[in-house]
Amino acid sequence: MPLAVERPPLPSEDKRWRIVNGTMRKHGYSRNALIETLHTVQSSFGYLDEPSIKFVAKSLRVPLSQAYGVVTFYHFFSLKPPGKHTCTVCLGTACYIKGSDKLVAETEKLLGIKAGQTTADGEVSFTTARCVGACGRAPVVLLDGELSGQIEGAELKAQLERWRQA
Amino acid sequence: MNAEELQQLATEAQEERAQFDYEVNVCMGTGCLSQHSDKVKTALEKEAEGCGKKCHVRRTGCMGLCAAGPLVLVEPAETRYGHVHEADAQEIVAALGAKPVARLDPQLGGYFDGQQHVVLENSGHIDPEKIEEYVARGGYEALVKAVTEMSPAQVIEQIMKSGLRGRGGGGYPTGLKWDTVAKVKGAQKYVICNGDEGDPGAFMDRSVLESDPQRVIEGMAIAAYAIGASKGYIYVRAEYPLAVQRLTVAIQQARRRSFLGNGICETQFSFDIDIRLGAGAFVCGEETALIASIEGKRGTPRPRPPYPAVSGLWGAPTLINNVETFANVAPVIRKGGEWFAGMGTARSKGTKVFALTGKIERTGLVEVPMGMTLRQIIFGIGGGVPDGHKFKAVQTGGPSGGCLPEEHLDLSISYDALITAGSMMGSGGMIVMDDTSCMVSVARFFMEFCMTESCGKCVPCRAGTVQMYELLTKICQGEATRRDLAKLEELCEVVGATSLCGLGQTAPNPVLSTLRYFRHEYLAHIDEKRCPAGVCEIHGAQGPAPEAAPTEVHA
Repeated sequence: MPLAVERPPLPSEDKRWRIVNGTMRKHGYSRNALIETLHTVQSSFGYLDEPSIKFVAKSLRVPLSQAYGVVTFYHFFSLKPPGKHTCTVCLGTACYIKGSDKLVAETEKLLGIKAGQTTADGEVSFTTARCVGACGRAPVVLLDGELSGQIEGAELKAQLERWRQA
Repeated sequence: MNAEELQQLATEAQEERAQFDYEVNVCMGTGCLSQHSDKVKTALEKEAEGCGKKCHVRRTGCMGLCAAGPLVLVEPAETRYGHVHEADAQEIVAALGAKPVARLDPQLGGYFDGQQHVVLENSGHIDPEKIEEYVARGGYEALVKAVTEMSPAQVIEQIMKSGLRGRGGGGYPTGLKWDTVAKVKGAQKYVICNGDEGDPGAFMDRSVLESDPQRVIEGMAIAAYAIGASKGYIYVRAEYPLAVQRLTVAIQQARRRSFLGNGICETQFSFDIDIRLGAGAFVCGEETALIASIEGKRGTPRPRPPYPAVSGLWGAPTLINNVETFANVAPVIRKGGEWFAGMGTARSKGTKVFALTGKIERTGLVEVPMGMTLRQIIFGIGGGVPDGHKFKAVQTGGPSGGCLPEEHLDLSISYDALITAGSMMGSGGMIVMDDTSCMVSVARFFMEFCMTESCGKCVPCRAGTVQMYELLTKICQGEATRRDLAKLEELCEVVGATSLCGLGQTAPNPVLSTLRYFRHEYLAHIDEKRCPAGVCEIHGAQGPAPEAAPTEVHA
């Protein structure tokens, strides 16, 4: 007789947990589905917090240490909630050759934060990317996920200032 | 689906196309979409509706010349327009069947002359989300032929004959790899498509997946038939949302048309594909790390042997090839291995897609036969270095490759020639640098990449890349001595020789190749405390001019 598998209850009434559960069910609650499930959590909630990692680890019967190890290993996963807006400067080779390091320095100065941080008012998160694969349009910046190519420092600055004033 | 049904489907799709006198293809790859090509398409559709001409406006994948986007291709006249805006729609539609709109640069500077499209043969010509359009251009002929007319051994024989080598970087003969996996006994085997295009400056895999996803699926299915696998995975970067979306649609359509699933072509052969998303780790391009990632674990490599061919995904025999490699498979089977071997050089057959970027007039994707010279690609197709600057170096092979100087411009491209010159093919990034780039800074840039991307499993890579990065930083800041340079060279040797996987083994390459060709730049930073390109901010130095009395800062 198969053992009854006890799965943890959903962390809250939030409907997004059902989507997360859906991903795990699709993969038969297999341990291999850890990364896929974490992707679903991040795309639903914007980031991964402690309760969500614990829930996923328990549901898939993966040791919490392993789940946490996976979360911190991959750059794509974030443990902090994103700001209202996100600005990502691509640091691929083509963008670097076209001066994206200067865009990073300017943005850090303007926002008063380092790459990987969010402004204190929670308005803007600033990150860098390894390469978004739009090298033909270098230098490239992702503003709220929208790709802007051949961007100038002044243009980026104007957009960031619009966000902060809004 | 058998050969007759396929033929019927192709004829239907071709007839559908034949209804129209003109086809206006709008590039909707990532590059052109970022310049609002979707709006251009809507405007063209609106114009086409009331123009009285039999004209069809189509969404397509990447057309290659990203710098001149949004791009529009008018067929059958093969007129190409660049920098198209919504306001140009009326003129473009009016010019159908007449003289092209000269204002919109119809020839685009000869970018497309000299290219030879095999992998990209459908890119820009078909709607990537319509399987019928792929079939209309000969799609799935190869799979049907392989499964119904050929034995697995015959398929492998054709791949061997073609001389196709892995397009992901290493250049291992594809036929040999397939043969090895085919000979290993195992009830369950897997086919994996490596779409973890982590090389910064390379985007050919993204482009193929966005423009012609069915081609990759067909290639994988043929491989699965050849080696006896029934399950496949495509591992794609999460940073490529459009590629993931188009691939998802393509897989559903292939299943619906029974090119995937149980009993393909009314035979015993069954095969299905799932997508797995990467999560931003460069090391996952290494095959054993990629397998760990598909298994839901941290993407750390393990020692080989055993190779994945013997013990791969969940310990089963596994075939891993790159996106571009799989994209070459269908044409090889359709036209024969000998046809493919007729292109290229003695030991590097076929064509190669390169992502031409950096300080170059026309950036974008090019597909050229192997054996073409760097000069032909950079100056002929790419139009050379803009703004009156001087060519300095071309970087190939990403963080594992190297920088080649002007004297190597006449090198004909092949796996072996690039390695001899101190670089490598890699996945096909080609980044052009001019006299405003400091080669020490470039080496430091790549070392920073390897340092942060090192998975930390083996010591030489984890600790060595940090030390090399710090030495390079010291040089850039004008604080290094000749002893530091000697230490850097020694570390390059140790890290290269003792690291576990390709990431660490090739991490010193950008340093070694810049040292080989641009040693004088290193020495200028060390002895004269100046940066010849004027990039590095050296404390106390005034720009690129030589200092009168260089002094050693740190012993």
